[in-house]
Amino acid sequence: MTGLIAFLIVGLLAVIVVQIGKVSDLAARIRGEEEVAQQSNDRTAVWLVAFMVVFLVLGTASMYYFKDVMLGYGPHQSASEHGFLIDGLFHSTLIVTFIVFFITHILLFWYGYKYRMREGNKAQFISHNNTIELIWTVVPAIVLTFLVVKGLVAWNEIMPDLGPEDEYLEIEATGYQFGWDIRHPGNDGKLGTKDFRLIKPGVNTLGIDWADDKSIDDVILQDIIYLPVDTTVRVRITSKDVLHNFYLPHFRVKMDAIPGLPTYFIFKPTTTTEEYRQQLREYPEWNEPYDLTDPDSKPRWKAFEYELACAELCGKGHYSMRRVLKVVTREEYNDWLAGQESTYMTTVRGTDNDPRKGQLLDIEIKERAKELKADFANALASEDVLDKTILLKHVFYNTGSAALSDLSKYELDNLTNIMNESSNVTVELGGHTDSQGDDVSNLSLSQNRAQNVMKYLLDKGLAPNRLNYTGYGETMPIGDNGTDAGREQNRRTELRIVSQ
Amino acid sequence: MANIATTYDDDLLIKELGYNDHFHDHHHGDKYQSGFISHYIFSMDHKVIARQFLITGIIWAIIGAAMSVVFRLQLGFPEESLAWLKPVLGKWIVIDPTGIGTLAPEFYYALVTMHGTILVFFVLTAGLSGTFSNLLIPLQLGARDMASPFLNMLSYWFFFLAGIIMFYSLFLSTGPFSGGWTAYPPLSALPQASTGSGTGMTLWLVSLTLFVVSVLLGGINYITTVLNLRTKGMSLWRMPLTIWAFFTTAIIGVLSFPVLASGFFMLMMDRGLGTSFFLSEIFIEGQALDRVGGSPVLYQHLFWFLGHPEVYIIILPAMGLVSEVLSVHARKPIFGYRAMVYSMLAIGFLSFIVWAHHMFMSGVNPFISNFFVVFTLIIAVPSAVKVFNWITTLYGGNIRLNTPMLFSIGFVSMFISGGLTGVFLGNSTIDIQMHDTYFVVAHFHIVMGVAAFFGMFAGIYHWYPKMYSRFMNETLGKIHFWGTIIGAYAIFWPMHFIGMAGVPRRYYSFDTFDAFKHFSGMNQFITIAAILVFFVQLIFVINFFYSIWKGKKMTTKNPWDATTLEWTTPIEPIHGNWPGNLPTVHRWAYDYNKDEREFVSQIVPLEEGEIGDH
Repeated sequence: MTGLIAFLIVGLLAVIVVQIGKVSDLAARIRGEEEVAQQSNDRTAVWLVAFMVVFLVLGTASMYYFKDVMLGYGPHQSASEHGFLIDGLFHSTLIVTFIVFFITHILLFWYGYKYRMREGNKAQFISHNNTIELIWTVVPAIVLTFLVVKGLVAWNEIMPDLGPEDEYLEIEATGYQFGWDIRHPGNDGKLGTKDFRLIKPGVNTLGIDWADDKSIDDVILQDIIYLPVDTTVRVRITSKDVLHNFYLPHFRVKMDAIPGLPTYFIFKPTTTTEEYRQQLREYPEWNEPYDLTDPDSKPRWKAFEYELACAELCGKGHYSMRRVLKVVTREEYNDWLAGQESTYMTTVRGTDNDPRKGQLLDIEIKERAKELKADFANALASEDVLDKTILLKHVFYNTGSAALSDLSKYELDNLTNIMNESSNVTVELGGHTDSQGDDVSNLSLSQNRAQNVMKYLLDKGLAPNRLNYTGYGETMPIGDNGTDAGREQNRRTELRIVSQ
Repeated sequence: MANIATTYDDDLLIKELGYNDHFHDHHHGDKYQSGFISHYIFSMDHKVIARQFLITGIIWAIIGAAMSVVFRLQLGFPEESLAWLKPVLGKWIVIDPTGIGTLAPEFYYALVTMHGTILVFFVLTAGLSGTFSNLLIPLQLGARDMASPFLNMLSYWFFFLAGIIMFYSLFLSTGPFSGGWTAYPPLSALPQASTGSGTGMTLWLVSLTLFVVSVLLGGINYITTVLNLRTKGMSLWRMPLTIWAFFTTAIIGVLSFPVLASGFFMLMMDRGLGTSFFLSEIFIEGQALDRVGGSPVLYQHLFWFLGHPEVYIIILPAMGLVSEVLSVHARKPIFGYRAMVYSMLAIGFLSFIVWAHHMFMSGVNPFISNFFVVFTLIIAVPSAVKVFNWITTLYGGNIRLNTPMLFSIGFVSMFISGGLTGVFLGNSTIDIQMHDTYFVVAHFHIVMGVAAFFGMFAGIYHWYPKMYSRFMNETLGKIHFWGTIIGAYAIFWPMHFIGMAGVPRRYYSFDTFDAFKHFSGMNQFITIAAILVFFVQLIFVINFFYSIWKGKKMTTKNPWDATTLEWTTPIEPIHGNWPGNLPTVHRWAYDYNKDEREFVSQIVPLEEGEIGDH
């Protein structure tokens, strides 16, 4: 049915068109073709001028009317340092081209009108004029030289890469179908290496090489990208699958993301999100409600966020690759960064994917030293006898044996240092087991273990008169021996301060 | 009547001064036109082949334009139901439980891709250059036909085959190719990256490879004909600008299309044979591909090494046609004929060393971009020279403001408007922000889309009598012109603003981004304008086909009082173009209103002391 109607409409249209044609032909024949041709020529000439006037007026008026979307003329201001160079060049080019546009259009249509065919008129035979042709070859060449030089100076200021001596923050953007993963380098300021063969969906989405020490404090940002204002930012841009393009419209940043070929873009944000909102507030269209269906919703300027988009066709979801970017002050940025936990620590450490499983990181050793030191200091300070005993949380033995596990040595080294600092303190090392197995062997195991700890400390140079050891077997449980977790708590080594 | 006397003079002159090539001594001429099939289908006559190119181009233009209407509906009226398109588009219209039909994003991208491919290659390359090179090169040079009529026929049929394959790909269950007309890998190389990159892409590559063959066969023929088959007296510097344009176009095409073909072959190997020319370090669909070492940027270099000359392949023929039409209907010589030729050659040469300006933001070394910026903006100089020369051609004329003339003026207007926005984009610094936004869409649609169409329309209205011995209707032509120029500016002028606001092209929907979603009013306006312009083009189509059989008959050989040779051939076209001898040429093509004479045909011998070249 729809098809039939469409067919009829097209058919009807065709008939109408053909009839207009026939009628005009007939009318011309009745009124004399030459006369009609002359009249029609005159009429068309007038229309040409009318078109020109309307076109130029509407063209100019529309530029004024829409100036708010034009680069640098209204709220559409650059939020980055180099963006002002772009907007400045845009401005110069706009002035030059607008003048040319105006002059050529006036001449084109005015000549069309003025030199229209008229009875008795005769065209002039002008084949060429070298002088005038030279002028209009040289003048555009000079104007374009000006624009080229201005453009290239800006280009060579914006695009070159940074050197090792430059200070900057490097983040990494990885495009995929259809989204972005943004990686922040963490405290060390360095991004770890990655390899697409290491990518495991859900486990290692970027293929980061966790064995690289630089990866340890890298953070894959989950929702919002934070950047400090007035800091040079180098974005390392890559892609996992097809081409994408890292596009920050407000910062005048755009660069393709290419699998296998990392690119970069360097920019310096100059306006925080909050400052940009305050700029926008000045414009009436930004005071309209954000949600057009709800007139009470907050104004648009309040809801403003910098956005990251994709600007290279990458498949059916190309239009939906949005991330929000927040530019904040240095202090806010530092606070935010302090609150970030590295992706390695939160999702990889201790799992099967961790290349350092069974090893301690420097940072972890330091962390444990700090903790032990604090426990030790508390025990020294306390008056309560019960508080004089502290747990050596990281001292372990090989299963069923009294031999110290390798990782225990870090804790005992830390303990040695602490003991060296407080030279008056004497301590007792206590071994404990859970209730499994027979009492006698548990007791001897706990004694042997505690003795091994003491031996280690003696080897480290602590005076023998400051150390003592006791095996308590299963007699002093601190957890429920009926559960695995409780038994684990009970298998432990303690340190009691005997005198200080 | 002066016209009749002229006709008579023409015949007499050709008979007396013409060059006898003994063409009519052999009666093989009749063989070409004996049966229906050899005359209308597998014809080797350049005039028939020209019309085949034109009509095929018109059909493709309607398909391509209709596609743009559908995706403009999605952009202008995303909330409206498209359920009424279900009978045509089938599963690509997804109907939700409330009965609202939406266009599937995959198919939106397929439409955008096909629109670009069809318009650039099938309409504005084959339909424009194919039509007018074929029609005018032998006629304006005084040749019986192309150097190789057989290759010429093959050229059309390779194009036809390419078209059939592309058309077939529209109906695949996975849809036609949807990765953009530039077909950048890895998206185009990996079937798992997009549904359209499966069979749709295979057919796209096969189709366009056949198309390259068509262009090369045509181009070799055009070059050979121009160099070898000019009639006596037709020196290069006496050729009309149309021929110079087709000649330059053909050279550009022959030099650049093979590079595209090589890129296509590598892409085919990456798709089918496991090579890695354009692929490296890809993880897709839960799998790391075993492809390392290639570069997607290499494809872009190969593509744009054709892609940029391609836009000149499109626009140069239009420039040639417009130069000719402006001169004929202003009744004046084209201003600065030699400057026009030199600027055309300069543009042709420069078109080969600016390709990377499409790639400023593609990850190429920023230092290299310096050169491409310089060369790109140098192109503006010969382009500006051409514009000034066209305008000056109007100065002091006695202008017939008929449809071909109006479209020529419209062409110059479009070329200025679109060319000036190119000055923004050619400067890499501004391109950082403008690249891949609607500003680019507006720029290239005006400068090489609409402008090329205007040149094509000017050519069709002007040479229609030469093709069908009848005229197209003037009133309908003028309605067509005004509707198109107003409508085209209404579509593309607002796009500049959307682009300056930063809205990227090739977005199925703008709602995801706060920065892009506030232009629904402008998008609606553009869509409405696009629909109106589409219907205005139907007026042209009806006028075109109606006039083939019912148009006003041509009563004189030279209705426009033009100087070039095609207007000395008989009203009813014949095989071999001239019944007796070939005309000989004595002067350049632009002797209008010279020494009290309204026009002097190229076949008229020089008078004493007269200069024949300018």
